Amino acid sequence: MIRLENITKTYNLGGGGFTALRGVSFEIKSGEFVAIMGPSGSGKSTLMHIIGALDTPTTGKYFLEKRDVSQLSENKLTDIRKNKIGFVFQSFNLLPRATVLRNVMLPLIYKEIEKSERIKIAEKCLRSVGFEEDHFKHLSNQLSGGQIQRVAIARALVNDPTLILADEPTGNLDTNTGEIVLETFKKLNKEQNKTIILITHEQDVANHADRIIFIKDGLVQSDTKK
Amino acid sequence: MKLRDIIEETCFALSANKVRSILTILGIVIGISSVIVMLSIGQGAQNSITSRIESIGSNMITVYPGVQRSGGISSGRGSAKTLTISDSDAIASEVTNVKAVSPEVSSRYQITAKGTNTNSQVCGVTTDYTIVKSLEMQSGDFISSQNNSNYSKVAVIGPDVRDDLFGEDIDPVGKTIKINKISFQVIGLTKSKGGTGFGSQDDMIFIPISTAQRFFTGDEYLSSIAVAAENSESMTIVQEEITQLLLDRHNISDSASADFRILNQEDVAETASSIAKTLTLLLGFVAGISLIVGGIGIMNMMLTNVTERTREIGLRKAIGAKPKDISLQFLIEATVLTIIGGNIGIILGYVIAWGVTYFGSIATKTTIFSAILAFCVSTIIGIVFGYYPARRASRLNPIDALRYE
Ligand SMILES: Nc1ncnc2c1ncn2[C@@H]1O[C@H](COP(=O)(O)OP(=O)(O)OP(=O)(O)O)[C@@H](O)[C@H]1O
Ligand SMILES: [Mg+2]
Repeated sequence: MIRLENITKTYNLGGGGFTALRGVSFEIKSGEFVAIMGPSGSGKSTLMHIIGALDTPTTGKYFLEKRDVSQLSENKLTDIRKNKIGFVFQSFNLLPRATVLRNVMLPLIYKEIEKSERIKIAEKCLRSVGFEEDHFKHLSNQLSGGQIQRVAIARALVNDPTLILADEPTGNLDTNTGEIVLETFKKLNKEQNKTIILITHEQDVANHADRIIFIKDGLVQSDTKK
Repeated sequence: MKLRDIIEETCFALSANKVRSILTILGIVIGISSVIVMLSIGQGAQNSITSRIESIGSNMITVYPGVQRSGGISSGRGSAKTLTISDSDAIASEVTNVKAVSPEVSSRYQITAKGTNTNSQVCGVTTDYTIVKSLEMQSGDFISSQNNSNYSKVAVIGPDVRDDLFGEDIDPVGKTIKINKISFQVIGLTKSKGGTGFGSQDDMIFIPISTAQRFFTGDEYLSSIAVAAENSESMTIVQEEITQLLLDRHNISDSASADFRILNQEDVAETASSIAKTLTLLLGFVAGISLIVGGIGIMNMMLTNVTERTREIGLRKAIGAKPKDISLQFLIEATVLTIIGGNIGIILGYVIAWGVTYFGSIATKTTIFSAILAFCVSTIIGIVFGYYPARRASRLNPIDALRYE
């Protein structure tokens, strides 16, 4: 499903370039549950942005479902994100003054889906992540951390993506709530056969995945399957 | 993204920040309503000036005696004694394209009736006065040529004089009034022409010109000669012919030292309406500045908005919004604000214009044109001042935007 070939990413800074990724290559098959680990500043988020078609690599090739997406235009990348990828961001990134339902429905307005249909899909996704039904109409800034994270996951699911990317989804949660969120991911992987890439620097969290890719200084250090 | 969804998002965003939206709208409301009010005042002034001038008479040329200078001291208009009845008769018989000629002798006198009195302009005229000044009668008759040849002590009064002397809705025909202590019989009442203040024909008394000269001025001179040309095209030529005729009659070779002045009604109307137009333009300009200030307010708010909502923009882009979707959303937000402001401004402008007429008795004229103009201008302001913030929003890099604190 995903194949990276010698990906590099150099950021243009004032004085010169900073190379965050220095030749990353690996392959992820459809239906895998992968954790990407590494110390702070190792290039995990940079890698996720490239895999998520939010950014393009400086050199190297990136194949998503056999299609080379490494040098596409902004509009084409947007279409890929819209139809194939679901993001769960580290910082919650919900619309603060909007209701839970509205937040979850947001990606669907860009897919031009009818409003009644949008509501149906959003409610289904909220239920599938175990979000309490009586909180659907609450404003997103009135929720607990765990609830917010589940809303963010539900939002990542509404466009029925084949690939879900989560950047430190448990970073702000206590161990118990973190467990619940991770169980949700596991369930999505097992029951709906979604490909999931989860970024973390905690070993406990990474252990929930079937495969761990370890990154350091912009290079893959190890790649272990369970 | 569907238009309906964009509008829904817009309403949501605007209502999420009510106070700021309302303040921004207020800027546009003030701008648009002041444009409407200013234009309506200007247009009203223009209309009332034109109609006042037209009400004096149509295609009219007036000859005044020139200012006589003796030792550098001007004795003032009207007191000069250069025009006579025979000048007036000569104009009537020798100048072509003349419809009617009306010589006048006028002065202000104290008027009394039974127990009441007033001060009015008393005008000695001939029968042709009604033709030249397009004056109509409400009751009775106007001064006849018979009255003139008989030096009759008869008077025709204007409605304002009637109101002052006898009261409203009373037919004054047959009553007696005293002008400068001499008794006159009222034979007619003119129809109201509207207009107030100095020179209004509603506040005049007309008597035979022969009577006026014999009993009041005691000489043969005139205060003015009003000439009606056949049509507006012939006015220039009539004016030229009158000038030449009078110069000849007064034995003056140099037109610069003429002892009379000629006023062409069209020139007066043109000058007056061009002044009014300049006034309208000036008022509109002042109002336009407040509109631009309102537009900058919109831009300022939208820029703040874009900065504040950077993360939201980043998120929208990450989940599938194209630059076009983002810029359209912000552009429509700005435009909706100006359209709401514009519509409220139009209504407020009409109300204020009405109030100005009602309470301030200043003529205003609101036109559909000014409303359409205001609507278009407010929409354009929304688009123009919303464009830059919208473009800025659409160009944000989603990754940077998501990181924005
Ligand atoms: N937009 C950018 N411009 C310049 N440098 C950047 C940019 N984004 C990331 N970097 C640099 O690239 C390196 C990798 O950053 P990245 O965010 O991928 O790290 P990370 O592995 O996700 O770290 P963390 O675990 O702290 O989130 C860092 O040194 C960072 O300073
Ligand atoms: Mg990171």
